[in-house]
Amino acid sequence: MIYAAILAGGKGTRMGNVDKPKQFLMIGDRPILVHTVEKFLLHEEFSRIIVVTPEEWTNYTLDILERYIGFDERIIVTNGGSDRNESIMAAVKWIEENEGLGDQDIIVTHDAVRPFLTHRIISENIASSLENEAVDTVIAAIDTIVTSKDGKTVSGIPVRNEMYQGQTPQSFNIKKLKTHYESLGPQERSILTDACKIFLLKGSSVALVEGEMFNIKVTTPYDLRVANSILKEHINR
Amino acid sequence: MINPIYRLVAPRRIEVSYDVRSLKDDRVIVRPTHLSICHADQRYFTGNRSAEALAKKLPMAMIHEGIGKVVYDPAGRFKVGTKVAMVPNSPVDSDEIIGENYLRTSRFRSSGYDGYMQDYAFMKADRLVELPGSIDEEVAAFTELVSVAVHAITRFDSIAHSRREVFGIWGDGNLGFITALLLRKIYPKARLIIFGKTQEKLDYFSFASEVHHIERIPRDMKLNHAFECVGGIGSQYAVNQIIEHIDPEGTVALLGVSEDHVALNTRMILEKGLRVYGSSRSTPADFQKTMDLYEQYPDVPKYLANLVSSVHDIRCIDDIYRAFESDLTNGFGKTVLKWNM
Repeated sequence: MIYAAILAGGKGTRMGNVDKPKQFLMIGDRPILVHTVEKFLLHEEFSRIIVVTPEEWTNYTLDILERYIGFDERIIVTNGGSDRNESIMAAVKWIEENEGLGDQDIIVTHDAVRPFLTHRIISENIASSLENEAVDTVIAAIDTIVTSKDGKTVSGIPVRNEMYQGQTPQSFNIKKLKTHYESLGPQERSILTDACKIFLLKGSSVALVEGEMFNIKVTTPYDLRVANSILKEHINR
Repeated sequence: MINPIYRLVAPRRIEVSYDVRSLKDDRVIVRPTHLSICHADQRYFTGNRSAEALAKKLPMAMIHEGIGKVVYDPAGRFKVGTKVAMVPNSPVDSDEIIGENYLRTSRFRSSGYDGYMQDYAFMKADRLVELPGSIDEEVAAFTELVSVAVHAITRFDSIAHSRREVFGIWGDGNLGFITALLLRKIYPKARLIIFGKTQEKLDYFSFASEVHHIERIPRDMKLNHAFECVGGIGSQYAVNQIIEHIDPEGTVALLGVSEDHVALNTRMILEKGLRVYGSSRSTPADFQKTMDLYEQYPDVPKYLANLVSSVHDIRCIDDIYRAFESDLTNGFGKTVLKWNM
């Protein structure tokens, strides 16, 4: 089985003055989360699309999905954990409890606040995760990346050709993900904020899927303005 | 949903833009899978249109020949996964006399509004025709072009007199090949004579009764009816040759598009009492008839497979540029795009 998990656990702390979580802000005429869920609905491969949301926003999430999309039995809303990985694991837990876990089952996890992803990116994530234990969506870095350990001086300048910027989706074999995650101690869990990194630490290879420059994450007021202005180019044809 | 659309913004420059669509409106959502490049797209891509036309029509997503897979239908008319051909003509008005593809108000994809270079095409349900399960998808990609020939022959059948023993087809390109092939099936006993200017291309017409170079047409050549599939300024020479060789009261179908005005020997059209008719684009009924022909004559799609000259996997805008540039170098045949954007 192939599942999608839309990670909508954010509480909007980075979005300035707005008090709603950023996945509920409007791009065009609908909330960001709705745009994102709609993209996944157009792939029939997904048997369930699990939206992971903070508990206090569950009803709100259900209401807007109903209002903008209507009822669809493939969409499930469940409550997220304390961080990104815990949210992914909340989706895994829902699957395990309701559908059971098969060896070949995969999950395509995606940030709710990246509504610009394309059909190709989703399709390639599905295809690649059926062959690899873990898949990360990336774009080649354009700017030179500089590292600094103390925030004051440069400690390294890695070779740019080897640098990529991580996006989502990130996709996994669910059983492997669960095994790897459960083998971590609480301290490791708090440090390993990226699920692909867990696979790397456990010695698995993580395949790359090419993202898109415009597959942006809407996390700041500036991003929201950018997102809304590129949609205004829309010409009614 | 934010639907990425890949629009030509200037000759040889394509950029992504976005359209906000609802899944709840009445449209069937189709994921394009196989597209095919038409000469009309090339004229936009290379900027071979008047500055006025380019300014009026761009930015615009190109491509009006294509098939896809239904991914969502809010009204449940199509099962998800159904393979469909997409009809690019979309009427706004209806008229009991004038066909929808001739109404001046009708909209046509990749000519005034967006074609199929999009993540998803939002289609009215009556603009979709289901494909037979067995069809070769690379051939099905250019169903629209075949339906244009089907439309012209259907009109011919209702216009022309009943002596249909000798047909002349001018034009050794894709449209000439398709028109001739369909005439071969629909009028199996007729003599089909092809007139072209490139021997290599004429050699593809293995099903024809005769092929002739346009500069070496026997003087006593006679035809009942003729189809002009040349286009451009060449159509002037073609139609005048047709007028010279066709029998009185014959019917002449004009299918080739020309940007230029064409001078014709109207005196002889009058003296011979010829019927000259134009034919352009097609309707869902022509698409359906095309599918029926494919099922009735399974060798037709096999012949048409010979027209597929190159197939390109399209994953990014640079792939689109490469496909269009490669298409420019193809003397004969269709360039098919596997749409994986």
